[in-house]
Amino acid sequence: MLKYIGKRLIYLVLTLLIIVTVTFFLMKQLPGTPFDTERFNNLTPAQQEQMLEKYGLNDPVPVQYIKYLGNLLRGDLGTSFLYTGRPVSDVIFSRLGPSLLIGIQAVLLGLLVGLTLGIIAAWKHNSGIDYFTMVIAVLGVSVPNFVVAALLQYFVGLKWGILPVAFWTNWFCSVLPSIALSFSATAMFARFIRTEMLDVLEQDYITTARAKGLSQFKVLMVHAVRNSIIPVVTILGPVVVNLLTGSLAVESIYSVPGIGSLFVDCIKNNDYSTIMGITIFYSAFYIFVILVVDILYCVIDPRIRIQGTKEG
Amino acid sequence: MNAKENNINANIPQELFVPVQVDQSERERISRPSLTAWQDGWLRLKQNKAAVVSLFIIIVIVAMALLAPIFSPYDFAQTDYSAIYQGPSAAHLFGTDGFGRDQFTRIWYGTRISLLIGFVAACLDLFVGVTYGAVSALLGGKVDAIMQRIIEVLVGIPHLIIVILLMMVLPAGVGTIIVALAITGWVNMARLVRARILQLKGQEFVMAAQVLGTSQKNIILRHLIPNTVGVIVINAMFTIPSAIFTEAFLSFIGIGLSEPKASLGVLINNGYAVLQNSPYLLICPAIVIILIMVCFSILGDGLRDALDPRMSK
Amino acid sequence: MDDILNVKDLHVEIKTHHGIVKAVRGVSFHLAPKETLAIVGESGCGKSISVKATMRLLPSNGRISRGSVQLEGRELISLSEREMLKIRGSDIAMIFQDPMTSLNPTMTVGKQIVEMLKAHRKDMSAADMKKRAVELLELVGISNPEMRYKQYPHELSGGMRQRVVIAIALACDPKVLIADEPTTALDVTIQAQILDLMKELQNKIDTSIIIITHNLGVVANIAKRVCVMYGGQVVETGNVADIFYRPQHPYTKGLLSAVPKLHEKTDKLHTILGTPPDLMNPPQGCPFAARCSHTMKVCQQYQPPFTQFEEGHTSACWLHDPRCHLEEGNSHE
Repeated sequence: MLKYIGKRLIYLVLTLLIIVTVTFFLMKQLPGTPFDTERFNNLTPAQQEQMLEKYGLNDPVPVQYIKYLGNLLRGDLGTSFLYTGRPVSDVIFSRLGPSLLIGIQAVLLGLLVGLTLGIIAAWKHNSGIDYFTMVIAVLGVSVPNFVVAALLQYFVGLKWGILPVAFWTNWFCSVLPSIALSFSATAMFARFIRTEMLDVLEQDYITTARAKGLSQFKVLMVHAVRNSIIPVVTILGPVVVNLLTGSLAVESIYSVPGIGSLFVDCIKNNDYSTIMGITIFYSAFYIFVILVVDILYCVIDPRIRIQGTKEG
Repeated sequence: MNAKENNINANIPQELFVPVQVDQSERERISRPSLTAWQDGWLRLKQNKAAVVSLFIIIVIVAMALLAPIFSPYDFAQTDYSAIYQGPSAAHLFGTDGFGRDQFTRIWYGTRISLLIGFVAACLDLFVGVTYGAVSALLGGKVDAIMQRIIEVLVGIPHLIIVILLMMVLPAGVGTIIVALAITGWVNMARLVRARILQLKGQEFVMAAQVLGTSQKNIILRHLIPNTVGVIVINAMFTIPSAIFTEAFLSFIGIGLSEPKASLGVLINNGYAVLQNSPYLLICPAIVIILIMVCFSILGDGLRDALDPRMSK
Repeated sequence: MDDILNVKDLHVEIKTHHGIVKAVRGVSFHLAPKETLAIVGESGCGKSISVKATMRLLPSNGRISRGSVQLEGRELISLSEREMLKIRGSDIAMIFQDPMTSLNPTMTVGKQIVEMLKAHRKDMSAADMKKRAVELLELVGISNPEMRYKQYPHELSGGMRQRVVIAIALACDPKVLIADEPTTALDVTIQAQILDLMKELQNKIDTSIIIITHNLGVVANIAKRVCVMYGGQVVETGNVADIFYRPQHPYTKGLLSAVPKLHEKTDKLHTILGTPPDLMNPPQGCPFAARCSHTMKVCQQYQPPFTQFEEGHTSACWLHDPRCHLEEGNSHE
């Protein structure tokens, strides 16, 4: 087990290094400098040159790369150009709260609604609620989240005026973004647990449980649901990726001051030190989630646990 | 009841109690006609009504995307400032946008671009992924080990972020989007193909072919490739909508295609800007993209169930 | 003699994508107290479905279309699901074929036994239940029961898991124990151990057993009476000695000759040619007609009635009909 985690950590570092390198050199290919944009129109060419010098942008690229790596090891992601003079890490962390809030709310909502729907659908296989769940599942994974977000904003926010949109003042502002973001997660959870449950319900141990004279509800809750929920851990990785992607559009649409909208702003403004910072942050977060999910799965499922220790 | 049965039995005529000759070969006859895996798959797909309907809708959408811009009296980029933000009418089925351009023509033109991106990206994915996966699985040994390590590192990279970076660096355009999607998208295909071939290589029928002296080339051509096609087709069915989605997403956050070119993403982005006053500009392209995504998704599921029942779990 | 279990004219239909499979077509059997009945037949002959129907444990696409199941004179088919819950596990318990899959992999062995007690022995305290579970583990011959109690199924060997399954089945002292191919998935040496255990337990706790198997060795080892099933119907019933030494039905004879014998030197194994009937479109006449070497026209059109030989030994075959011998003399044995 420890050996396995060690191996995974080495891959993690390697992957991150590749991401940092690719990102760095790609950013260096960007046309123009960060000071070309409208915000810096008042700068004279001499001042621009001064800024470039100040940020070390006139050094040869390999030197900049080594410097960047060195700074990165110390947790320094450079300085933001868009938010003049602020360290990138500061900018990212100041935006972390809202992103985490809607992200966590979306996962919880997705789990709650998705698992409930999926379990009922499998239980009442081929019934109305089963078909309804399948429709939700297909729509959820295929309708782009920015379309969902835009439509929700139009109907719930603008037309019916039920919930606030485009503000970030109190908790209610986070409801609509969370719902929009949770849509794909709900669908993925519902679909996954439904398939898993249908599979489990065919298993012999379900017949054993029924032969014991347990009520249908008990068989379902004690035997079927428990065994179906464990593998749900495995799709947490893809779900998180979806949420990361989704948060870019959803946060922009609802003006949530989170990392997703920051990323989009920085893309529009060529703030490449911040873009790199967020890229690295996202990648690290994603890789970390995948690792945690894999370890978690080994720990939860007694069947895997024994194999894991044998291998590790 | 018993008495009645006895009565019936008693009435059975004597002449029926004679032995009949049964042809021995008749006993081992297989009662159902045998079908190839593809015929069988096609039959199963036809039974899946949702998949058939999806296939039909996709064909209609593709036809519209190809034909509508040709037969439309308007050009997708032709502006008409006397007719801006018109609601849907007989002259403009889906209305007009802020430049007075016919939204109906633009939507089908945009669909054409989106589908093009989806298909070409899927083909590139398929080509790179299948080659990589097959080479890795067939050569095995050290080559496989190295190729797998590379994959393991690449899998950890969030694709969309790399696509975004590429889009920023490369000149904007359809080709760029396709290249960016292909660079990151093939990994999944490569893994699936490799896993499938390795699984097949370990199966008895391939071993049997080897034992019978079938050449390596024939094993690959007759056994491995036909049994891998299903996996490839199914995965391609999921790659197309995901490419269309990514393009739309990039255009939506403002780094995809740019005006006056239109893709579904560009249209949705433009529509979103004027959502409050002209919601139809968002809703119409949104419906088209939703239809495309949903139909490909259902068709992909249907194909998976039909071609590879074991994978459907 | 009062039968503990009496199944009459049981019909079961299973809905599949291709059509309705008439898996069981008029099966009758009965079970006396402390008796062991073996139901024998090849795969797909409906033996497993018949006993599952007896417990009303059919999969959701199956249903009992006709027939009666009486437990000590009480009709089970018409009971509500709630009343049936009280009978399952407590009056009739079941042992399944594959101990690898019939235990819940994410629940400890002890919990799975206690669960049975919780369902039927509501007056027992938690501590008593645990004590009883450990006793049961000991009863079925598991050493170190205290430790095993806390383990997960995957930590036990196949033979041990089957012992656990038996312990679960015996937890509430059932009147009838149904064992669905209890040894098929096990190694040969373990098979014998499990059969011995079942015989020993039957003596200890006075339960009646129905054992389903396609293995005639198992039948000879454990059963008193045998039901031979073919194509969803019972074709021959009798005591073990009747069936083994005086088989009447051509299918039974075929089954017996398919068992290789130690003292005969032969290069070839006897087989029964052909495949079992398609139960989606069951044959109009005798189900075995298509594979029987004595098939007559009548066999293809009419289902044969049961003919009684010795006490309790019946066989359903047109060859037993007097008219057959009139026509053909006695050319059939």
